[in-house]
Amino acid sequence: MTTTFTLINVSLLAILTATAVTITRLRALYEATMLAALFSLVTACLFVLLDAVDVAFTEAAVGVGISTVLLLGVLALTRSSESVTPRRRRLPGAIAVLLVGGTLGYASLDLPEFGSADSPVQRHPVTEVYLHQSQEDIGIPNTVTSVLASYRGLDTLGELVVVFTAGLAVLSLLGPLARPERTRPTADFHLADYRVIRVVSGALMPFILLFALYVLFHGDYGPGGGFQAGVIFASGFVLYGLVFGLDRAQRVVPRAALWLLVSLGLLLYIGLGVTTMLLGGSFLDYDVLASDPDTGQHLGILVVETAIGITVASVMTTIFFGFAGRGVAR
Amino acid sequence: MIASHYVYWTFFALMLIGLYVVISHGNLLKKLIGLSLFQVGVFLFYIGLGKQDGGSAPIISDDVETYSHPLPQVLILTAIVVGVATLAVGLALAVRIFEAYGTVEEDEVLERDSTERLAERDRERAAEHDGGGS
Repeated sequence: MTTTFTLINVSLLAILTATAVTITRLRALYEATMLAALFSLVTACLFVLLDAVDVAFTEAAVGVGISTVLLLGVLALTRSSESVTPRRRRLPGAIAVLLVGGTLGYASLDLPEFGSADSPVQRHPVTEVYLHQSQEDIGIPNTVTSVLASYRGLDTLGELVVVFTAGLAVLSLLGPLARPERTRPTADFHLADYRVIRVVSGALMPFILLFALYVLFHGDYGPGGGFQAGVIFASGFVLYGLVFGLDRAQRVVPRAALWLLVSLGLLLYIGLGVTTMLLGGSFLDYDVLASDPDTGQHLGILVVETAIGITVASVMTTIFFGFAGRGVAR
Repeated sequence: MIASHYVYWTFFALMLIGLYVVISHGNLLKKLIGLSLFQVGVFLFYIGLGKQDGGSAPIISDDVETYSHPLPQVLILTAIVVGVATLAVGLALAVRIFEAYGTVEEDEVLERDSTERLAERDRERAAEHDGGGS
């Protein structure tokens, strides 16, 4: 392990731990939320250091962008300061931490050395398949994409169903069907009243959407893919909604279209699986999609990534509209 | 031992900080932030297990020999997006709880529940008493 690596690693870990401790001690929740965004940013840096560039990408887009906006939105709807934690509540937490910490510490003695080349993870036969055989099976340089969309396609389908279900849950809790009786007049000022914000965010919009498309279609060759692209796409609409208000954002993406897209992505994914079955392969076996297995795999992965992008982007936008619409309705 | 395991121990420390917040803090939003901290600890632990010394990101290229393992990265990539989706569900529940109770503090919600239950029991008793008397 090189000295530079250790040095950066230790300092990032120190920042991370310090941020986490500060978050727990802060009773002002706006500040805690901003620190949580910082925490995500540092985590993303750490992911890069651990060679997980795709994960770092996702964490930067999700942790710093979407979840911060959601938390701030909820703080605006509820209360932004935490009451003092009574002394009697501290004991159960301390006991749980001691028990779990003791168990983890004891179990960690059995863990392989950090970064060792002959750990069970690296020696497992699947490593060889994913890293080298995938070049012949699928022919895509980014092995994260080939594992995500092809080798473990069914697993990813399951994850997408969870995202879809979460979107439905938020919709049923905060959507138009669950409107509170009392209503508050719409805020009479928007961020769009500030010229700098209006012009800059207007100019940024096309680039954000274009970048999302680049991330979507470049996922085969570099870090990127449907999940990241979907989140970036959604963050474009979130920015638009924040600056120009919910009404104008919903004129750009009507609610009905959004709901259609939420299920369209998932249906596309399942439809692809059914198509491969009809063509004589097994569920999500892309080899049969074209005469040449390589072309089939490329096609299948492209469709799957697009499907993921559509569902993730529309679920994230739906969730944001749900929280933002709540603010207008009250 | 310290040189080879300190990374894992820091990840465990992050998980434990999150766990403490989830259990000990009464504010529902703070609990959700704590849950995110816990989650990040688990994510880092997973990715850390796949890291190989001198390795590179698992994007195959001719001039790279060693790669870190792609599988943990795939699992965590999807888990992050699922994590924010479930965080949104938790936040939505917190908003509804605030609308129903006017607070997001667990203790105050429980207190209001128990006073309401007592009041209801009193009402029932009074009704029973009236029924027996007539």
